Amino acid sequence: MAQITLDRREVLAKIFPDPDSYLFISGLAGSSRDAAGLTKDGAHLYSMAGAMGAAASTGLGVAMAAADRKVAVITGDGELLMNVGSLATIATIGPGNLSIVCIDNGCHGETGGQTGHTSNRTDLAMMAKGAGISSIMTVATASDLEAVAGFLAETPGPHFVLVKVKDGPPTVYRRNLDLAECRIRFRNGFQQSSPA
Amino acid sequence: MTETNWSKQLLETFVDAGVTLFPYVPDAGNKRLIEHVNEKNGITSVLLTTEEEGIAVAAGADLVGGKAVVCMQSSGVGNIPNFLSFVKGGRFPVLMMVTMRGDYGEENPWQYPMGQAVEPILTAMGVQVMKVDSLEELMPAARAALSAVFVAGTSVALVLTQRFLGAKKF
Repeated sequence: MAQITLDRREVLAKIFPDPDSYLFISGLAGSSRDAAGLTKDGAHLYSMAGAMGAAASTGLGVAMAAADRKVAVITGDGELLMNVGSLATIATIGPGNLSIVCIDNGCHGETGGQTGHTSNRTDLAMMAKGAGISSIMTVATASDLEAVAGFLAETPGPHFVLVKVKDGPPTVYRRNLDLAECRIRFRNGFQQSSPA
Repeated sequence: MTETNWSKQLLETFVDAGVTLFPYVPDAGNKRLIEHVNEKNGITSVLLTTEEEGIAVAAGADLVGGKAVVCMQSSGVGNIPNFLSFVKGGRFPVLMMVTMRGDYGEENPWQYPMGQAVEPILTAMGVQVMKVDSLEELMPAARAALSAVFVAGTSVALVLTQRFLGAKKF
């Protein structure tokens, strides 16, 4: 494989030029820091710092119960592999309004950078394809990255976007870690942003 | 009352309370209920690969005002504790329907260790256990569970025991 050059801190802003049009669920660690940077830790983000593996399934619940809203899950390779069966569940339900973005740094950045399976032989885009997800894209270069927003707009969901990034620090953004407070914040924000 | 009848009545009670999503891992004890879900318009079953997914689906639905009942066999309780940290810490109202193995009358020894650990695990993670040992107890327990979850905002496991369901023969 070609040299990986993308910096994770620059990825999400390119993929989501209008982040306010999405509801975001982000998995623990780096993914949530990047998502908090993108949304300024807004009410339309529910970010996690535990329950590893829960992001994709939580996003599915949101997408099913708010079928008229666009929902994006921001996860990492380690987090997704811990609950990789969720890709099959999502494929069977087939929510057109759900997009999963996996920031794949090939390692467990939060716990010391230990090597992950995707640095070895595992390809999560092929696993998503095998699960039956409709629209899949692997992003490895800056020009690929420019094409993701169009891919999300023009292809049928659910989408799976695998973004190969360098090992390196996530976005620095201080987010609210009180999970009960963030639940209320998200619910209130959702109510206010939904037509009565 | 037959299994088909109680499953149908239970489902109607869930639906009347506004439940639209039924994430499940298949079990003999929830087979009829899920069949009834699939026959009915406006509600959806969600086939899971592992029970923990269902906990997250229910929490996600709650974030946008949706309601779910997560259906699983007792073995599945062993797959969910870390995801229950999400429920307990975030005070998400989550309702589970757990159909027991490894209790009264069980003939498969593999089922006992997890079956006997269901209540301590759920209790340790802050989920209230409401046991149903007979048909007479079913509907009152279901209504109590719905109130505790979707009105009071707590999390509850409605546990259908083998005294009620009967034990599979080996």
